[in-house]
Amino acid sequence: MDIRVFLLLLLVLVSSVEHGFSLYEDQVGLMDWHQRYIGKVKHAVFHTQKTGRKRVVVSTEENVVASLDLRHGEIFWRHVLGTNDAVDAVDIALGKYVITLSSEGSILRAWNLPDGQMVWESFLQGSNPSKSLLSVPINLKVDKDNVILVFSKGFLHAVSSIDGDVLWDKDFSAESIEVQQILQPPESYVIYAVGFVGSSQFDVYQINAKSGELLKHKSAAFPDGFYGEVLLVSSDMLVSLDATRSNLVTISFRKEEISFSKTHISYLVGESLGIPVILPSKLSGILAVKFNTLLVFIRVKSEGKLEVVDKIANAAAVSDALSFSEGQQAFALVEHVDGKILLTVKLSHDWNSDFLKESIAMDHQWGLVQKVFINTYIRTDRSHGFRVLIVMEDHSLLLLQQGEIVWSREEGLASIIDVTTSELPVEKKGVSVAKVEQNLFEWLKGHVLKLKGTLMLASPEDIAVIQDMRLKSSEKSKMTRDHNGFRKLLIVLTRAGKLYALHTGDGRVIWSLLLPSLRKSGSCKHPTGLSVYQWQVPHHHAMDENPSVLVAGRCGPHWDAPGVLSFVDTYTGKELNALGLTHSVAQVIPLPFTDSTEQHLHLLIDSDQCAHLYPRTSEAIGHALRSNCIGVVDEYCFNSSDLWSIVFPSESEKIIATATRKLNEVVHTQAKVIADQDVMFKYISKNLLFVATIAPKASGEFGKPTPEESWLVVYLIDTVTGRILHRMTHHGSQGPVHAVLSENWVVYHYFNLRAHRYEMSVIEIYDLSRAENKDVWKLLVGKHNLTSPISLYSRPEAMTKSQSYFFTQSVKALAVTSTAKGITSKQLLIGTIGDQVLALDKRYLDPRRSVNPTQAEKEEGIIPLSDSLPIIPQSYVTHALKVEGLRGIVTLPTKLESTTLVFAHGVDLFLTRIAPSRTYDSLTEDFSYALLLLTIVALIAAIFVTWVLSEKKELQEKWR
Amino acid sequence: MEKGKGVMVGGRRWAVDFTDYSTSPSSRDVPDPPGFSRASQDQDDSTLSRQKKDAESNWKSQKAWEVAQAPFKNLLMMGFMMWMAGSTVHLFSIGITFSALWQPISALQGVGKVFEPYKDVKVDLLGPKLLFIALNLGGLALGVWKLNTLGLLPTHASDWVSSLPPAQEVEYSGGGIPIR
Repeated sequence: MDIRVFLLLLLVLVSSVEHGFSLYEDQVGLMDWHQRYIGKVKHAVFHTQKTGRKRVVVSTEENVVASLDLRHGEIFWRHVLGTNDAVDAVDIALGKYVITLSSEGSILRAWNLPDGQMVWESFLQGSNPSKSLLSVPINLKVDKDNVILVFSKGFLHAVSSIDGDVLWDKDFSAESIEVQQILQPPESYVIYAVGFVGSSQFDVYQINAKSGELLKHKSAAFPDGFYGEVLLVSSDMLVSLDATRSNLVTISFRKEEISFSKTHISYLVGESLGIPVILPSKLSGILAVKFNTLLVFIRVKSEGKLEVVDKIANAAAVSDALSFSEGQQAFALVEHVDGKILLTVKLSHDWNSDFLKESIAMDHQWGLVQKVFINTYIRTDRSHGFRVLIVMEDHSLLLLQQGEIVWSREEGLASIIDVTTSELPVEKKGVSVAKVEQNLFEWLKGHVLKLKGTLMLASPEDIAVIQDMRLKSSEKSKMTRDHNGFRKLLIVLTRAGKLYALHTGDGRVIWSLLLPSLRKSGSCKHPTGLSVYQWQVPHHHAMDENPSVLVAGRCGPHWDAPGVLSFVDTYTGKELNALGLTHSVAQVIPLPFTDSTEQHLHLLIDSDQCAHLYPRTSEAIGHALRSNCIGVVDEYCFNSSDLWSIVFPSESEKIIATATRKLNEVVHTQAKVIADQDVMFKYISKNLLFVATIAPKASGEFGKPTPEESWLVVYLIDTVTGRILHRMTHHGSQGPVHAVLSENWVVYHYFNLRAHRYEMSVIEIYDLSRAENKDVWKLLVGKHNLTSPISLYSRPEAMTKSQSYFFTQSVKALAVTSTAKGITSKQLLIGTIGDQVLALDKRYLDPRRSVNPTQAEKEEGIIPLSDSLPIIPQSYVTHALKVEGLRGIVTLPTKLESTTLVFAHGVDLFLTRIAPSRTYDSLTEDFSYALLLLTIVALIAAIFVTWVLSEKKELQEKWR
Repeated sequence: MEKGKGVMVGGRRWAVDFTDYSTSPSSRDVPDPPGFSRASQDQDDSTLSRQKKDAESNWKSQKAWEVAQAPFKNLLMMGFMMWMAGSTVHLFSIGITFSALWQPISALQGVGKVFEPYKDVKVDLLGPKLLFIALNLGGLALGVWKLNTLGLLPTHASDWVSSLPPAQEVEYSGGGIPIR
């Protein structure tokens, strides 16, 4: 009964509060943190003129264009382009515009360098897919207008750098030439477009830079054929490989006749070293050829003669050549030597002298160097110094200058694949006295300040101090478990195969590990990380062990590639064990069993549909029943057989989305009390699957299908028996579908073509087989089977209710809050198209909503029906911030029942704490304990005083 | 208080009783003064006191009935208060309901005490007591009814099943679309 009273009180409390979440301005940053990233850098252009701030403009694999401060590595400005708007090239024009070519060369944009405002944007026409090339000549002018040359989609465009107008274009799509390079020698107004026709013909087009007229067309056949791309070595020389990949071909193309010169590689190098790859670094007169691990530098002399300059064994990356003072050209070369990196800056014309040689110690968790960008600066003694920007294997970005790491950015966190959590260690007893005393003084000081704040006596400086104190509270970033369970470790796996542990209090990286098993090696050519699972969660009898996580990966892009498993201790960040598997990993199923050391049992399904049980201990095998694999001697491998299958007709339905309940979700009760004390029993099953299919015709782009030929069909399927519990068709609707399944309901989002609006629907499913249990007396004496285990083969009868609403925004991700006991009401977390996270009460998505709810229904908290879902500005959990490139939202229950941690990740990371029904089980953050203490002290004092007074008075009475 | 009592007890070391309880003259050392008839006075006294006693017992029984009926007024007032409080659960209605429950219970506990002053050999207190108890039980019933209208009594199936955890499932399934 007391629970009932409590729940009723809760209900009243909730219904009296319209929005569970909203924030005051001074609460920003108290329980949330936000980190901004850019992703793995693809291109970098330095802008280090004497005046103004030194910066580097980068474009990344996350389709970000950003300007970074060279001193500290902070982001000046940043633009996240759409997911299919990949940046092909980046450059700076006129010293004030950043030019980006994106979307396979079809969009050219100019951004203002100081503040990142877009200046102009032009769409370039073209139909043939081709290489996208961007060239910003320094002094090519057409009518006093600096010209940008763009080759994309079979067209050569000359674009004005002032306003983005296309001045002229030349169509190459009819010529069947694959243009490889565009070059414009500075001294002339001739543009050379060079490329291959077929595999064995080389063509050169000369084009007037002012008008786009074709001046000359030369062609020469090379009977051996070409392989791969050409590299421009000098202004009149190109180098390529022949079709057999055993000869280097130099092409001299600016003379009257195109001449080829062929040099056998093994003759040049002296021995056969394997398959050569020409690195795309432009080194002016030198080319770098990579054989497995060996890097060979070859100088191109006149007449196409080649000469080996140097062979370097541990070279990691080479930058482009950079010209500085009087035509001198320098480039950077990075080698790995004894765990350190060796940076060498060499001059192109003088190989033997090293202009600069620095050895830099580096955290080996960053991995190998993958890219180098070089920049020069003038030292105080007027000599030239060099700084380099390097991109590491784990995607992090570092600036090196004078033998030191000036700054580093952990850009791996911009591409998170999977997230799991780990508890922090329990706090140890015994704190030193000095610490306590110091803390006591601090504590007192803090509370006096807070008291001043509460009594409105604080000056603006005091308020600033109080705010600062609140933000930097050491309480939230401690490395121990807290009472409320707010402090945890977020274990995130990134695309680079690196595992990070982030502290939920302030988002700092506790440890990071570049997983050795997910690095390129002989046996594993293209490793990719797939997912992270909780492997060992210490509980009562394994408390002294550290928790660990399981990282599953695979050695190749295809899903039948062999898998790799890695086990990582979450306290120390050390890899405990790694397994290279003989089978593939198509699916990982965590089982609800643990062994005596609290290791969770996992079933790995391979591409041949065999199940493999991990951990491989005899204890684990005790849970197994099925027969072993045929033909494989492995007692941890099991056969599988088809239990059921549902065949969707391929001509009318195509699966586009599925949703299941989260494994760790806790449901408090199986009954739902509706108006007039009636009960409905929820159909709560972990074996429930939501499947959405659409018409194959409607799977294309927006606007293509007509409403008549597109439909969306949703299914609720019992995954044990394969029974379809519910099927519903939305005519005239199409994807993309985002869905979330929790307790006994599923909410999904799709596009309604007839209404031209997005819609959200809810399906709630109720169990009718238990509906008979309504006799109070039977319940009183416990004569019911509501808590006895059930089998889904008993085919419990189910009933569904559903309703649809319009929703004005398109959605990137959908999640639901989860709490420790599942008592607190739920909120949907919607990742909107604007990269924000919106919290929407589940009460708005209640199929029992009606236009005129009865009094009893109103008391129950049912909101009158409206055709669209409200978007309340205060309920954005990300408040003023954006999680750029939002990909996923993860909710983590805390020990405090009312509260959920919400982690949103994309290019940015954001974590906050929300309470869907307010924090009914704890005092708020700004509660003044000092005031409470003061009141108690005052009251006790008052009691003493009055007691003494009454004693005195009584004595006097007696003497009278 | 304790202290004061102790002083009083300690202070009274001795006492002389001047009251004369005897009725027969022979037992006395000092003869009655002339013209004083002890008997007649006794006679007078007894008739007077009897009358007085009758009146008192009448009064007592009347009072007892009054006291017994007192909860009725209380009942009416409680009813009014409850009507005012409405049927939603909040501090006011809960307070009133609990006081409506507490009052009759405490009154029933102190039935003996309430009728103590009216205890008399000649007064039959059974009737008033029964009425008092009945009225208080009525009040209690009213309180319980109110509790029920507030929905705080577990009289519905929902009260018994709302905290039941979901039933365990025998089967377990997992998986999904293969990880690409």
